[in-house]
Parts: sequence; C-alpha cells; structure tokens
Amino acid sequence: MMKIFGKVAAIVAGSALVATAAFAEDRKSYPAPKDHPLSEIISGYEFRTPETRALQDDDFENPAYILLDLGAELWSTADGAAGKSCASCHGDAAESMKGIGASFPKWSKERNKAITVEQQINICREEQMQADTWKWTKDPNMLGMTIFVKNQSRGMPIVLDNSPEMETVRKLGEEVYYTRYGQLDMSCANCHEDYYGNYIRADMLSQGQINGFPTYRLKWNGVGSTHRRFKGCMKNIRANPFKPQGEEFTALEAYMMYRAVGLPIETPSVRN
Amino acid sequence: MRFAALVLSGVFMASVASAEEIKKVEIVDGAVQASLTGKPGDAVAGAKVFKGRRAGNCLACHGNKDMSGEQFHGETGPIMDGVADRYSTEQLRAIVVNSKKVFGDHTLMPAFYEVDRLSRVAKKFEGKTVLSAQQVEDVVAYLLTLKE
Ligand code: HEC
Ligand code: HEC
Ligand code: HEC
Repeated sequence: MMKIFGKVAAIVAGSALVATAAFAEDRKSYPAPKDHPLSEIISGYEFRTPETRALQDDDFENPAYILLDLGAELWSTADGAAGKSCASCHGDAAESMKGIGASFPKWSKERNKAITVEQQINICREEQMQADTWKWTKDPNMLGMTIFVKNQSRGMPIVLDNSPEMETVRKLGEEVYYTRYGQLDMSCANCHEDYYGNYIRADMLSQGQINGFPTYRLKWNGVGSTHRRFKGCMKNIRANPFKPQGEEFTALEAYMMYRAVGLPIETPSVRN
Repeated sequence: MRFAALVLSGVFMASVASAEEIKKVEIVDGAVQASLTGKPGDAVAGAKVFKGRRAGNCLACHGNKDMSGEQFHGETGPIMDGVADRYSTEQLRAIVVNSKKVFGDHTLMPAFYEVDRLSRVAKKFEGKTVLSAQQVEDVVAYLLTLKE
C-alpha cells in the first residue's frame, strides 16, 4: 500500500499533495493492532470539512436526530400481535443496548450465521413481537431504530468477537473487500486503503469506515444505512451490487468492523 | 407490412451495435502500435473525453494545468502536465487501453478498452468498454498536446 502511494507521490510531487500532507497531521488517528492492513485507523469525520463536522458536533444541528428521536419513541411503543414493545423485554436501552453498536454483526447460534443490528431488530419484531418486519435500507422506522440502538454505544470503541465462526465470516468479508468489481474494475481497497487522504474529483477519500452509520448524508439529503453506502460505492464503479443484508454485505460489514477496531462509534454521523 | 417494418428496424439496431464491436488490441512492451480506428484522433474531442464525467473522467484522478478552468481536479494519479514528453503515442495508447498491462495489477486506473476478466459488471455496462475506439484515439491525441 505505502509503496504504491509513495511511487505516485514521487511522480506527482505537486503542491496539492503537500497541502494534504499538512492537513493530515491534524487528523485524529487510533493505533492499529499488529498485522492490520492500515497503519493508523481514522474516522471518516476527520476527512470532512469543518462545516460538515460542525453539523455532527452539535446534536441540535444534526439532521439525523429526527430519526434518533423516532427510534426512541418506537422503542417503547407496543406493536404486533404480542402487544409488546422493545422496552417490554429490554427495559432501559441505555443499559440493555450499550455496546451492541460497537460489536455487531454477531454470530447467531440459532441461525448459524452472522447477523447485523438491522437483522436483529427484524428478528425481534417478527419472533418476539409478532409484528411486521421493516424494509432494510430506507424505511425511516428501521433507520430510526438502528440509530437509536447504535447510539447507545456512542463513544465506545469498536471491539471484535474472536470466535472461529466470526473469523470465518470476516474472511469472506475480506475477500469481498479486496476483489475488483465492475466495469471500472476496482476494489474497496483501491480507493479506501491505497488513496485515503487524496481527492478523487471533488471528494476527499477517507478510509471508508463504518463507525458512524446510519449516517446523514448531505448528498442523499437524508439518512442512509451502512449497506446503502456499500451499494452506492459498488454502483459508482459500475458494478452490480450485492443485496443489502445478504451474506456478502453482512460479511463485509463484519470485516469492516475489524478495519475500524478501536474507533469510537459516532452514530449518527454527518457526511457530505 | 407492419411485420416487415419491425424486422427491418431490428436489423438496423443490430448493425449499430456491431459498429461498436470490440477490437482485439495487443499490448506489447507497454505499447499499442496501431491506431484502433486506423486514423489519428481528434484532440478537441479528446479534451471532452478527458473531463467528461460520463466519458473518461480522467480529471477525477489526474490534475491537469491545461484544464485549470475546470473545477475539482483529482490527485490519486500523476499530474498530466508534460505527459507527452514522458511517453510516446504508442505508450499513451497502451496506458489508456489497459493500464494494468503497463503499470501492473495494483493500479487504480481503470482499463478503458477492455472487457475481459471483469467481475459483477452492472447490466447496463456488460460487454461494453468504458470508451469507444474513437474516444481512445481522441484522448490520446489530446494527451499528445500536453507538452511542457
Ligand atoms: C418478547 C421479548 C422481546 C421483545 C419485545 C424484543 N426483543 Fe430483542 N431480544 C429478545 C431476546 C430473547 C433476545 C436474545 C435472543 C435473540 O437474539 O433472539 C433479544 C435480543 C436482542 C438484541 C441483541 C442483544 C445482544 O446482546 O446481542 C437486540 C439488539 C434486540 N433484541 C433489539 C430489540 C429491539 C430493537 C426490539 C424492538 C423492535 C426488541 N429487541 C424487541 C427479546 C425481545
Ligand atoms: C472509486 C473509489 C471508491 C471505491 C472503489 C469505493 N469507494 Fe467507498 N467511497 C468513495 C468516496 C469518494 C466516498 C466519499 C468520501 C469518503 O468518505 O471516502 C466513499 C465513502 C465510503 C463510505 C462512507 C465513509 C464514512 O465515513 O461515512 C464507506 C463505508 C465506503 N465508502 C465503503 C466502500 C466499500 C465497502 C467499497 C467496496 C465495495 C468502496 N467503498 C469502494 C469512493 C470509493
Ligand atoms: C480512478 C483514477 C484514475 C482514472 C479515472 C484515470 N487514471 Fe490515469 N492513472 C491513475 C493512476 C493511479 C496512475 C499511476 C499509475 C500507477 O498506478 O502506477 C495513472 C497513470 C496515468 C498515466 C501515466 C502518467 C505518468 O506520468 O506516468 C497516464 C498517461 C494516464 N494515467 C492517463 C489517463 C487518462 C487519459 C484517463 C482517462 C481516459 C485516466 N488516466 C483515468 C489513475 C486514474
């Protein structure tokens, strides 16, 4: 990775690169564990403009808070044939949901697969509440509840489940991460590992970290899920994306938690 | 009559598609000797390919002083100033056709005239090259104007 970058940097030796290098010194980074593909772990927040960051810094300005409030309300609203709310079983979310956002996807023994927070929500709705499931990527209820659950881990560092099952899931995710897809024939790593800190057209590339999802995106003029972003990046390279909440994207998410290990959860973040 | 007209229009469509048939291009020692169209390209059209987001979108990755009027020059690839002093026509053609055969598999730069070995290409782009043979020649002609 640094070899490639170094080569390009040497060829360019231009003023733009010098400028980003100076800017880079201010980025808060977290140390990567041994054998990690990144030498430092940096939140997407650090790559955004002061204006965008300011929207995230102030909870009253953060447009995603409307959905966080919706999630809080749904938490204690009974729904479905069982006449239960999340709170009926899980009580105070500040206690029961603490750490969930910093550790999911997790291995589900019953289902013999890894599940994301979104999948867990629908599992509880279907099996525990006998309520309708919510649509994965754009349903405001699903986004609101996911934000609410993950927000209970805000500020907590991402931790990994080192079970052999999750190791296997992350292996598949790693394969997806490094495979080139689409007519433009690029992998996630091509942009987010090799060139973070550089502009690609009008966008400053970040490490593509997922510690802030669901995120309010200025370009979407709304809130979107982790898998919606994965889908968007695949479409940009003219690839046929995997299905949101399917096996590949779930594995990719699990692997990307490893790439983000130690980063504090920011949900809900604001990005451009 | 109506049937005949439908068939005719079908034939017409097919012949348009085959006009864009992808040629086999060989890269030898980092160079492509012959023009893909048999003619030199048009540098003015090539400048449009270079900056067009739906064409080459080369500007997304390459800074270029010649286009200082344009906003948002990317910086993941080398700056294009003086690129014609560094490479021959044949080398530039090879870089645009398939940079992986020139720089190695690691490169971020897409191949612009290649459909093999791609994976999960979106339906809309299946079996199609990013640029047409004409556009490749045009952008090469444009690059040849970038001298210092
Ligand atoms: C009738 C009781 C019940 C209701 C109602 C319920 N859950 Fe659950 N929930 C459980 C049980 C039991 C588990 C653990 C077993 C499992 O994963 O199914 C669980 C697990 C979870 C977990 C994972 C906890 C962990 O430590 O891994 C989350 C997150 C969760 N529920 C969220 C919700 C949300 C959000 C709602 C409302 C939409 C909800 N639950 C409604 C019973 C319930
Ligand atoms: C052509 C370059 C490119 C490729 C390839 C690419 N992305 Fe991105 N990605 C971007 C850009 C540009 C952004 C917006 C700026 C930023 O955060 O990097 C972005 C943003 C993201 C973000 C949001 C980061 C945040 O802080 O909110 C995630 C997550 C992400 N990408 C994941 C992926 C995944 C997973 C893949 C592979 C399937 C991928 N990207 C492939 C260009 C790319
Ligand atoms: C996604 C980014 C990207 C795009 C789009 C892109 N390139 Fe590149 N290009 C690169 C990178 C990175 C290199 C450096 C080669 C390497 O990886 O070792 C490069 C190298 C080159 C070089 C060699 C420059 C030198 O000084 O050594 C030329 C010429 C070139 N590109 C032309 C183009 C043209 C013309 C287009 C549009 C048709 C284009 N590129 C589109 C990323 C890109």
